[in-house]
Amino acid sequence: MSVNENGEFRPLIVAFCCNWCSYAGADLAGSSRLSYPADVKIIRVPCSGRVNPMFILRAFERGADGVIICGCHPGDCHYSTGNYYARRRMTLLFSMLDYIGVENGRTRVEWCSAAEGAKFSKTMNEFCEKIASLGKNVRLGDLRCKD
Amino acid sequence: MQGLIDRLTALLNDGTVARVLGWKKGDMPYDPEPAIFNSAEELKDFVYDGFCGANLSKMMIEATKLEGKTAVCLKPCDTYSFNQLIREHRVNRDNAYIIGVGCRGKLDIGKIKKDAKGITEISGTELDGQEKVTIKTIYGDKEINYTDALLGRCHVCKGKEHMIADETWGESKDTADQERFEEVQKLEAMTAEERFEFFKNELSKCIRCNACRNVCPACSCRKCVFDNTKFDAQQKANVDSFEEKMFHIIRAFHVAGRCTDCGECSRVCPEGIPLHLFNRKFIKDIDKYYGEFQAGKDPEAQSPLTDFTFEDIEPGERG
Repeated sequence: MSVNENGEFRPLIVAFCCNWCSYAGADLAGSSRLSYPADVKIIRVPCSGRVNPMFILRAFERGADGVIICGCHPGDCHYSTGNYYARRRMTLLFSMLDYIGVENGRTRVEWCSAAEGAKFSKTMNEFCEKIASLGKNVRLGDLRCKD
Repeated sequence: MQGLIDRLTALLNDGTVARVLGWKKGDMPYDPEPAIFNSAEELKDFVYDGFCGANLSKMMIEATKLEGKTAVCLKPCDTYSFNQLIREHRVNRDNAYIIGVGCRGKLDIGKIKKDAKGITEISGTELDGQEKVTIKTIYGDKEINYTDALLGRCHVCKGKEHMIADETWGESKDTADQERFEEVQKLEAMTAEERFEFFKNELSKCIRCNACRNVCPACSCRKCVFDNTKFDAQQKANVDSFEEKMFHIIRAFHVAGRCTDCGECSRVCPEGIPLHLFNRKFIKDIDKYYGEFQAGKDPEAQSPLTDFTFEDIEPGERG
């Protein structure tokens, strides 16, 4: 989380992007001059299946306000099936986060291919707006990591 | 109980098994502890009563590495855990001789102690015991219904069938009198704020003693992500409530799809945190989204989290 010069709240968003699709999608968004908010911090992972549920909780603990996971469309995984496993895991994890009382909507999974620069930028803009409207993440943060 | 001891003695004497894994008398009448018996003489301390709630299947991981067979006493619900360990190749089935012991529900000493202080003797808790448990205390005698003092998990009993056993001893009773997902549904019906407050309250009691992890039959990794290099009390330092939340969510996640819902985590928690609520939520979701699945029922079955279908629902969608 940060506050800009106008005193406006800016969320901190962590995006786990698959090397083979959405990471290249982000590149494409850049080279086609499509903008997405600078609040999104991209972490490149080899596959959406690499995203350990602990990564997401750790990101929240260290002060993220929203976490988004971008992977290849089901059926298009570079490793054939990685995103199918990720899909099951994330379904359960998001349901659990909802269960312990974290606002629904701080987490999201989006399938986004390397050719979908426009979709990438649109998704990030939407997600940023959503998190900005939810406000600061107070429920999952660790007090020690607050500035 | 004498019949079981006689049978175990016979097994030890004729060399079928080299040792017995069972329960030994504790210091108090209500705290029998898991123990290995190497000879027929040692069996004089063997005990099997209503307080033998401990699930012995996890101890078979180490016991089946020893030479010779190990006889183990497993209650019906423990056999699910044992099956799951076979599925994960953690126990050597050839080195195990499973005696499926009968069970009529196990007692929660916490519930008994609520209205009986200074306990000196407890009777009527054996498998063939009475409906009423008699408690002798230094302030006089008390009687309590057996069913009123049952462990929480026995109210959602999985049934009296042993999933795996070489022989059985004693009659079992199905003690289920509650809906399995009742508690989870009750929580789901609350608002997000209420749920958050509930879990914050419960989990803030956690002292990170790791008892839940150490007792869990599904938590059998040789190297655990929660093993900490920090020294002693430092690794238990509890600065923020989120630490506990993360520990318990991740622990529940690691056993999701493999948890047999044996309820040991809640039984051993010294702070009385209802940890089974996490596991049961995952089981409920798995049942709902990926079809009913009971871990440990079939040692050949594929765990839902190591499997997928093309039509799985998308994360965040509520079906």
